[in-house]
Amino acid sequence: MTTVDRGLDAAPSAAPGDHPAAPAPPRPARPRRRRGGFTPYALLTPALIVLGIIVGWPLVQLIVTSFQEFGRAQVFGAPPEWVWFQNYADVLTDPVFWAVLVRTVLFAGVCVITTMVLGTLIAVMMTRLNKGFRLLLTIGMLLAWAMPPLTSTVVWGWMFDTDYGVINNVLVNVFGLEEYFQHSWLIEPLSFFLVAGVIIVWGAIPFVAFTLYAGLTQVPDEVLEAAQLDGAGGFKRFRLIVFPYLKPIFLITAILQIIWDLKVFTQIFALQDIGGIRALTNTLGVYIYQTSIAGGDFGHGGAIAVITAVLLMSISIYYVRQVTKEEEL
Amino acid sequence: MSAVIAPGQKIGGIAVAGDRAGNARRTGGGRRRLTTWLLSALSIVLFALFVFPVYWMVNTSFQPNNEIRGSELHFWPDNFTLRNYDTVLFDPGRTPFFPALGNSLVVTLLTVVIALAFAFLAAVAVTRFRFASRRTFIITILVVQMIPGEAMIVSVFRVIDGWHLLNTIVGLTIVYVATVLPFTIWTLRGFVNGVPVELEEAAMIDGCSRSSAFWRVTFPLLAPGLIATGVFGFLQAWNEFVMALVLNARPESMTLPVWLRTFLVANGTTNWAGVMAGSTLMAIPVIIFFLIVQGRMTSGLVSGAVKG
Repeated sequence: MTTVDRGLDAAPSAAPGDHPAAPAPPRPARPRRRRGGFTPYALLTPALIVLGIIVGWPLVQLIVTSFQEFGRAQVFGAPPEWVWFQNYADVLTDPVFWAVLVRTVLFAGVCVITTMVLGTLIAVMMTRLNKGFRLLLTIGMLLAWAMPPLTSTVVWGWMFDTDYGVINNVLVNVFGLEEYFQHSWLIEPLSFFLVAGVIIVWGAIPFVAFTLYAGLTQVPDEVLEAAQLDGAGGFKRFRLIVFPYLKPIFLITAILQIIWDLKVFTQIFALQDIGGIRALTNTLGVYIYQTSIAGGDFGHGGAIAVITAVLLMSISIYYVRQVTKEEEL
Repeated sequence: MSAVIAPGQKIGGIAVAGDRAGNARRTGGGRRRLTTWLLSALSIVLFALFVFPVYWMVNTSFQPNNEIRGSELHFWPDNFTLRNYDTVLFDPGRTPFFPALGNSLVVTLLTVVIALAFAFLAAVAVTRFRFASRRTFIITILVVQMIPGEAMIVSVFRVIDGWHLLNTIVGLTIVYVATVLPFTIWTLRGFVNGVPVELEEAAMIDGCSRSSAFWRVTFPLLAPGLIATGVFGFLQAWNEFVMALVLNARPESMTLPVWLRTFLVANGTTNWAGVMAGSTLMAIPVIIFFLIVQGRMTSGLVSGAVKG
């Protein structure tokens, strides 16, 4: 269970203008570890207890509930009835669920691709900027990165406001697009997701750009010079040297983005508060909340949650593989 | 064979190499300068795009509410006012700010301290000791991070409800500790790994016991790692929204994100100037905190978590 905010996960990132002078030092020899009898288990106990109570036990409960008829009556003590796979059958034959799933996957896909492309371009651009301009861009991105997701959603919601938003105002008064006078950006689902996408991509680019920039600065100049002397052109050098260096970092970043965007909650939920139509704009995370907490149907909500968790876990297997390949455990 | 660099090439990461090839400057100096100029201009545009929402938030928060509802845009608070802050902070008709601030601070600080302590012990266990299920534990930690909070929220709600800890600091803190623990353990593991065991052994040869060698030699070297990890835990707990929304919904037990949301769902037209003042109050401390510590934090993460 996690609500990791984007940019706050285990991945490298760059200090502004931080150019390591030398290539990364060689990996140290395998650390020696000693047998400690019960000591390591004792050290792990506090963490295991907390994770067991708040992750392990609820996970078991979630799976159990997903096989039960569990509504408001059961919350107040009525014994739940076992319906086994009925909840799953209901969910999987419900066109609303499929609409939510397809919507979530498409939206996440567009967000991830946009974020990765723009993030990579900005990272590459940062290597070519003068120090001053790079610092400027770094500060701008840090500000966007530091904004709490809820706050940034609220602020963008205000900028896209129908009556007094700065965006409609500029479109009408500066660009003369009269059709945007009192234009509602959130009422139409496609336009709602455009706004949501802008908020998410805006907040996610800094993390991707900093991480990839850090990766780019790790590419040793000597190797590039040698390749250049051997006659490799710009594109060839990128393809044969820079990209292989960058590939693992790029993959890990992309997978993290996929996972984060698939389970997006805050931005969609808050934007619905501001003015979207919930039924037409739910994504998986919000749909689980609507079904279980707001709707009181914990059985079906549980089934949707389990399906979502399985989907995300199967993607995260790639993440775990990449990370374990990169690092010695 | 002389190297020819296409002036104005789009490939990055090798700009340094390009600079060093003298002939590039001779053959395409003008275009090169043009590219640099264009990139600099682009970086200013990008800077503006990233900063604008933050600036607009602060700008709006200092304007009278009737002025932001005009057809004229004010890019600077000409009629500077603190009334919005006064409304947000002291208006008795609204969910009060200070209890929410207090809840956020207490929950966040408790989370950071407890998570760091637990994660530190676990990190020492997996880096300094060999035991049967070590690898399984680390992989579990990685996988647990990926379970979506929204999927777990109902059963977490029921566990916390079962202990009668809904709407309490303790309940939310326990949940947040579990939320940040996997990441904290994973990152600290990298930092502890970065301190060679040989240092401890040297201290032991000089007469330290094993535990005093650890506390006197390794622990001080871990300070940057603990700070970096703690800051990330702080930001995560401070910004967390879903769990707080479900577990601490009562006005007196709300945290700041849930408090901010009450402005959006309030009846009647949204008081945007007030909402922006609220947003500023919630975001500015985080932004300042982030800007101050980020250099230390990110370089620490690069050296600690990545090169493990």
